[in-house]
Order: sequence, then C-alpha cells, then structure tokens
Amino acid sequence: MTTIGIDLGAKNTKVVVIKDSKILATSSVLSGFDQSASAEEALKKALNKAGMTREEIKHITATGAGMDAISFASDKVTEISANARGISAIFPTVRTVIDVGAEEGRAIRLKEDGKVIDFGINEKCAAGAGAFTEAMARALEVDLEKMGEMSLKSSKAVPMNAQCTIFAESEVVSLIHQKTPKEDIIRAVHDAIADRITSMARRVGIEKDVALVGGVANNIGFIDSMKRNLGFEVLVPKDPVAPEFISAYGAALIAQDKVIGG
Amino acid sequence: MKANYGYKDGSGEYYITIDTELCNGCAKCVEACPEKVLEVSENELDPLVEDLVARVTEEHRKKIKYSCAPCKPVTGRIELLCVQICDPGALSHSW
Amino acid sequence: MVESEKTEYWRWTESRWTNPDLDWRNGDIISAGVDVGSVSTQSVVMIDGQIYCYANMRTGSDSPDSANRSMKWALEGTELPLDKIEYTVGTGYGRVNVPFAQRAITEIACHARGANYMYGPTIRTVLDMGGQDCKAIRCDERGKVTAFLMNDKCAAGTGRGMEVFADLLQVHINDVGKMSLVDEEPEPVSSTCVVFAKSEAVALLRKGWSKEMVLAAYCGAMAHRVVTLLERLGVENDFAITGGIAKNIGVVSRIEKELKITAPEPSIDPQLAGAIGGALFGKALVEKSRK
Repeated sequence: MTTIGIDLGAKNTKVVVIKDSKILATSSVLSGFDQSASAEEALKKALNKAGMTREEIKHITATGAGMDAISFASDKVTEISANARGISAIFPTVRTVIDVGAEEGRAIRLKEDGKVIDFGINEKCAAGAGAFTEAMARALEVDLEKMGEMSLKSSKAVPMNAQCTIFAESEVVSLIHQKTPKEDIIRAVHDAIADRITSMARRVGIEKDVALVGGVANNIGFIDSMKRNLGFEVLVPKDPVAPEFISAYGAALIAQDKVIGG
Repeated sequence: MKANYGYKDGSGEYYITIDTELCNGCAKCVEACPEKVLEVSENELDPLVEDLVARVTEEHRKKIKYSCAPCKPVTGRIELLCVQICDPGALSHSW
Repeated sequence: MVESEKTEYWRWTESRWTNPDLDWRNGDIISAGVDVGSVSTQSVVMIDGQIYCYANMRTGSDSPDSANRSMKWALEGTELPLDKIEYTVGTGYGRVNVPFAQRAITEIACHARGANYMYGPTIRTVLDMGGQDCKAIRCDERGKVTAFLMNDKCAAGTGRGMEVFADLLQVHINDVGKMSLVDEEPEPVSSTCVVFAKSEAVALLRKGWSKEMVLAAYCGAMAHRVVTLLERLGVENDFAITGGIAKNIGVVSRIEKELKITAPEPSIDPQLAGAIGGALFGKALVEKSRK
C-alpha cells in the first residue's frame, strides 16, 4: 500500500512516496510565492519518479509551515510528530532530534517507543535557523553548498558578536575588509548558529543518541560545529532519506499507520 | 533605577531587570549563576557616583535567551537561582 | 557593477555647524562629547554647557579614526585646538575607542542628559532609535536615568533595518518617512524579524502593492514594535524621540498615534543627543573636580 507525506516548508516543499514503509521516491521543489502550485509540482515529480498515479495513493499526510495551503491532503500532522515518526524509523536509538529548517529550528525529546516527551523551538528570528547561513553565504559571495567544506578548512576560531542576521551581515563584511580568511569566517558563522541551536536544545534536555535533520543538516560545517558544541557525535540520516526529507518521510509513515489502523 | 538587560526579537521578549536602588552589590547572584551571566561593577548609568551594582555582562546581553536557557527547561521549571539568592529582591526575569 | 555607479539609497546627509554667537576664547569650561555609533559618529563641543560646534558623519571601518575625523570636522574653521578642550567624554558603541577622551560613559546616561538639554527638564521618557540599536529611557528633571531598556541584539526598529527596506524598495532613506504616509493605512507587516519582513515585502510587491503601501506597512510594524518596548518601561509625559530615526516622519507619526502622545519637534539634530549628553557630563566632571 502506497502513501505520501508532504512537508510544506518555508523554503522547499518536499514529497516522499513510500510503499510498505520503503521509499519509492522523493522530490523537492522551491516553495516560492504560490505554495499550492509548488506542492502540486512536487507531488507530480514524485509520482513520476515512483511510476505511480494519484489514484493509486491511499493516503496523503501534510506537515510543515504551509500545510494549510493545500486541499489535497487527507490530513495534517505537526512537524514535531512527523520528525519523531520519521527519525525513529531510521535510527531507533535516537532520543533527541534537532531539526534545523530554513526559518525554524526545533529540538524534540523522544521516549524509547518514539513518542514525544518534550519539544523546544527557535522561531520568528532568522538567526536561529537556516536563513542565517543563507544570508551569510550571500554576504560572503560563496555558494551555500560550498559553505560546509570551506569551514572545515578553517584554521582559527574567530569571534562573532552579532546575534542578528542583519548585523551579522555587516560584521562579515567588516571581517572581510580586515582580510580574515573566508574559511575562518564561515566556521564562525556555523559555530554561531550551532551555539544558538544547542542552547535551545538544552531547554528540552539533550539525551543521546542525538540526530540532526532538516535542510541545514546537509551542511557538514554545521554538523562539525554541532559536534564540538555537544561534545559528541551526532547521527545524520543519509540515503535513501536525506535529512531534509525526514519530516515528509515521517508524515508518509503516519499516513501508512492511519490506513493500517483503519 | 531599573536596568533592563536583554532584548526583544521576533521570537519573544527576554529581559533581566536589576533595580539598582535595591541592589547592594553583594554579588551573591554572580556566584549563583552557572553561566556567568552577571557581574558587579560601578553603576554605569550614573557616572557621578561610585556605588557598585549588579548587571548582565556585555557578552551575554545580546544572547540572554540562550545564556539562560539551561535554567529554563520547557517543563519542570524551578525557581531561578539568581532570583532566589537575591535578599533585597533586586533581580527579576521577564520570561 | 562598478562601486561608484551603485546608488546608495541608505546614504543620509552628513553635516557640521559652528555657533556664530559664541567665542571659545571667552569660555570657562570647554567640554566635548563624541558618540561613536556603529552607523554614525557625532562630535559636539560645548562652552559652559552651550553648543559651540558639532559634526555628524557616517562611522568608518575604524572607530578611533572615525572619532578623530569627526572631531576634526567639528572644529573646522573654529581655530579651537583639541588640547584646549578640558574634558572629552566618549560614548556609544565605540566609546572606549576615542583616543582623546578622558572617560567613556554609556550612551544611555548620555542620551538622557542630551534629551534633557534638547527638549527641556519636562522630559521624562526618551526613545532613541539609532543605527544598530533601540533604547527606551525614563529620566528625571535633571536628565538622570531612572529606568532603561536597550535593544541592540535585533535589527527590527533600528536604522539598519530601515536601510534594508530602503535598499529593497530603491527609495532614498531620507524619503522613506514621507513616502510611507498614505491615505489608507495597510495592515502592518507581520514579521518583526527584518529578514522575514523583507520576504513578506517582496510577496506584497508581487501582489501589486505600491512602494508607498509597503513602506507604510513596514513603518507601521516598526512603530508598533517600538511602542511595545516602551510599554515595558511605561511612557510618562513629556516624551521625546532622539537618534536617526527621529527624522523618519513615517515611524514617528505612527508611534505618536499609537501612544496618543505628541513628541516635541527637534530644533537640534536628534542624532546629536548622545554627544551633547557626553559634553554635559564632561562639564559636570570638571566642576566636580574643582570642588
């Protein structure tokens, strides 16, 4: 039986198609200004990849900031539930999930059975989420995808005083004028956001194993900064579920649970 | 004089308020804080006098939400150490 | 694009002035205040507590250099040598970097003093919206601080936040205020965060909103945010606004409307409040040392 999870994120709309818990296809489309249109596009793409038609899908569960924008979902779940369900299916030893998306950061504590104990959130402030690294990449004139590998080449920790994305942009420009190597600045950027994310996670209590999900978890520089902040290794999902798809995957599993449960 | 250290941003309002009329500069709050958020020094708001009062360090003023996070769990919150230990009741948190 | 071809919408006008009615040679206490902000630097020289000369310019990448250049420009044409200034107070973000200052004093204390000078002893509440911070200050009739709140973490409600919008809409920063005064007030932008507010603005423009309406929505949101900051301290009359954004009628008028209070019109450049306060503290400290 085939179900779909769709995560309508602030930056990207992600779709995961599963059959009997196995991933058939994933797709990601920029959410843009018309989230409903992007959702349709992401859905079509994923169905194409899976070689399936809309009619064959038993149940579609939506999650994410824009989940109210679509009408074709059978039901909706919070990102918290979706993340918890998704990560437990892949890494059953995880007790803390840290989800860093484009506009929000979340920390979720899980019980052994994958049920949510507690959660904390960084919201409504760009400095606490992916929008921060994106803005810094623009200020540095570096591709967002290259930020990770460049920061791993840093040889020195440089302090970053600004706690606001707008002020940090000015600070980065200042550092560039002072001839600070870009690698060191990028590392400082990742350290800064990792610091904020970890502090937020401390409010729910950090219990191993810790998993990092969400689009920003693709950034190896950010992962490195998180490891240093936490003082231990973190689990990051890879193929077939990349970190940004965990929410949609969890939603697809919840859809499946619904159908099985009746 | 009521000194409010902290900020308000998109996510909320976070201030530690120290009433310098009540504060006697005893520094018990400085020792009680596990994150070293507080310090005691000359009252910077009145340059013509020399009394010592508590304040939030420059380093923490802009990230007070994160600095105080360890003492403010989502559930199971207890009374804050710095507030508890202040005899004159000069110190308070807005969140 | 070549640097010189790029129109810099955020570039506000720099200025200097000498008081034609005063002669430093006849003065007793010559004091100065230098306010090195992250966006602008002001130097004010006072003779016996009266403004003699001043300069207001953009802060460069180097604080000590900005302080030096600003004071040099203030003194231009006066023939007053720097060493004849008996006491200089540094204030603002770069206050410890004023090479010729005797002391650094926080901008909160200086702004209260400065507002008291600029608007009179009836002032009890001061709102200062600077380049990278936003301060709310309660003071007494002498300009002494009785409560304060400083916000320099978040760009919302600061000049820098406004510059981002001026740039986005390609409107000169000097014109933002006037342009925002529309007949039908739109819903304010919902995000406090400047980064998210900017995305909201882009979406509004796409929906066909005019620049004027978008500016109105943003100034409305900024005014409201600032009012909530003030409410933490309580607003007591008289209420004055200082700092660069005091020149933005779009934000000022909306603050006044929400508070149902009118702030007095500044007769002196409102960005000078910090430096004026610094110079006054300098005078007070000289008098104290003479006792």
